[in-house]
Amino acid sequence: MSDAILRLRDAAFQYDGAEDRAVDGVSLDVAPGEFLAILGRNGSGKSTLARMLNALLIPTSGAVEVGGIAVSEENAYAVREICGMVFQNPDNQIVATVVEEDCAFGLENRGVPPEEIRRRVDEALTEVGMRERALASPSMLSGGQKQRIAIAGVLAMRPKVIAFDESTAMLDPVGRRDVFELARRINREEGVTVVWITHFMEEAVRADRVIVMDRGRIELEGTPREVFSNVQEVLALGLDVPEMMKLARDLRAAGLDVPMDTLTVEEMAEELCKCGA
Amino acid sequence: MMNVTIGQFFPGDSFLYRLDPRTKLILTVALIVLVFISRSFIGFALIFLFVLWCAFSTKIGLKYMLRGLKPLFVIIALTFALNLFLMRDGETLARWGVIQITTGGVRTAVFMAVRLILLVLCSQVLTLTTSPISLTDGMESLMRPLSKIGFPAHEISMMMSIALRFIPTLMEETEKIRRAQMARGADFESGNLIQRARAMVPLLVPLFVSAFRRADELAMAMEARCYHGGAGRTKMKQLRFHWRDGAAVGAIAAMYALMIAFNALGVA
Repeated sequence: MSDAILRLRDAAFQYDGAEDRAVDGVSLDVAPGEFLAILGRNGSGKSTLARMLNALLIPTSGAVEVGGIAVSEENAYAVREICGMVFQNPDNQIVATVVEEDCAFGLENRGVPPEEIRRRVDEALTEVGMRERALASPSMLSGGQKQRIAIAGVLAMRPKVIAFDESTAMLDPVGRRDVFELARRINREEGVTVVWITHFMEEAVRADRVIVMDRGRIELEGTPREVFSNVQEVLALGLDVPEMMKLARDLRAAGLDVPMDTLTVEEMAEELCKCGA
Repeated sequence: MMNVTIGQFFPGDSFLYRLDPRTKLILTVALIVLVFISRSFIGFALIFLFVLWCAFSTKIGLKYMLRGLKPLFVIIALTFALNLFLMRDGETLARWGVIQITTGGVRTAVFMAVRLILLVLCSQVLTLTTSPISLTDGMESLMRPLSKIGFPAHEISMMMSIALRFIPTLMEETEKIRRAQMARGADFESGNLIQRARAMVPLLVPLFVSAFRRADELAMAMEARCYHGGAGRTKMKQLRFHWRDGAAVGAIAAMYALMIAFNALGVA
């Protein structure tokens, strides 16, 4: 892929004083408009990887290119304009005391003219469905709403890529679904490339491509179907397999002819109907 | 969710609320100077009339404003008593040993007390009608010229607004930790002052640890959004002066003229 928006070549990162490299030689291409999910247990290096995409961390060896720009100390701001980031804790990434002011923060940092900021903030808040709360105080919002504000703040900067670092981990199920669906919509409708780091298999299942990391390396890679059919390997990497795949395995053990790679409830219902017929 | 009022802001919408925060800051300072300039009760009456207008044009009401005097009651009473008993000027009205009350003493005591009360009321007009955010904006904008000589104007206002942003968050967290520690048998209510202060340790330690973690994450998030200090930064909301700012300046200037006239004529 020559037109990859994210290109990693043997990228590695070692924290000061750490014995092992947190990311240990990752090579990866991400196409524009792709929805890539990254899975892995705690400490597998997935957050470190995401932080290199935003130049918060500079690779200690190897190369990371974002939109054709090499991630380095000098290019940090150029890289951040291409790749935005949404973090895990909704409280700790909101800067301002008013929703719309927070949304404007990134654009103000970049010195965008006030009228232009106004326009883009209104657009972004409409996009995430928070326009009517523009003047609210973030402390009065739910976790899911705060994450939507954080997304609006990133969207207003019109990045080509957004990295979500476990952005749904601290939310309740409703907020989690809202935020995930919003990310999917931004990906489908705006064509923004999404790197979605998560612990939740039911989210990874709906990505275009899944990579599973362990000890700083990519262990499995492919479409969700390909990755999750390696049930034993996925479990060995400290992850879960989607509920429906577990059910499929148990049903097969019980003698029903259900394909191993059944991922969603809808697919399972269809397969079971076939079995019944 | 706890009901946290930050500062004393009293939400509303009127002439005073719509004034530019910079105008309000400067005029409040001017008003405080005016209180000090006044040498007569007529002068104080003039300022008090202005405070009354502020209280009623904003629906805040004088009663609410007077509540702000409570914490200063002791200081006002002390100043009053000291002036009353120690000042020796004019005729003696009463005497107990070294202590004596004179007519001059009574006048000075009342005068100083009124001055203190007016100082508080005037500064309250500012804090009651200006939200903390526009107050920080106004201060940043006024301090900006100072940044040329190395004064960290932007940094100070950024710190203030982050502090404002995190007060409710940290309050909520304190409450959560307090409950968690109480569930583990912590006792915050009984014992003497020292015991109670010691009981706060299991509350403060986790709170500090978490505050530092939050600060770290927030710094990361700000950096991810291209934050690099105040240089080259723009603002979505621009402060703009309106006709009403001119009117307010005119009103205060008129009060100055009257005050100077009162002083020159030597009215009581």
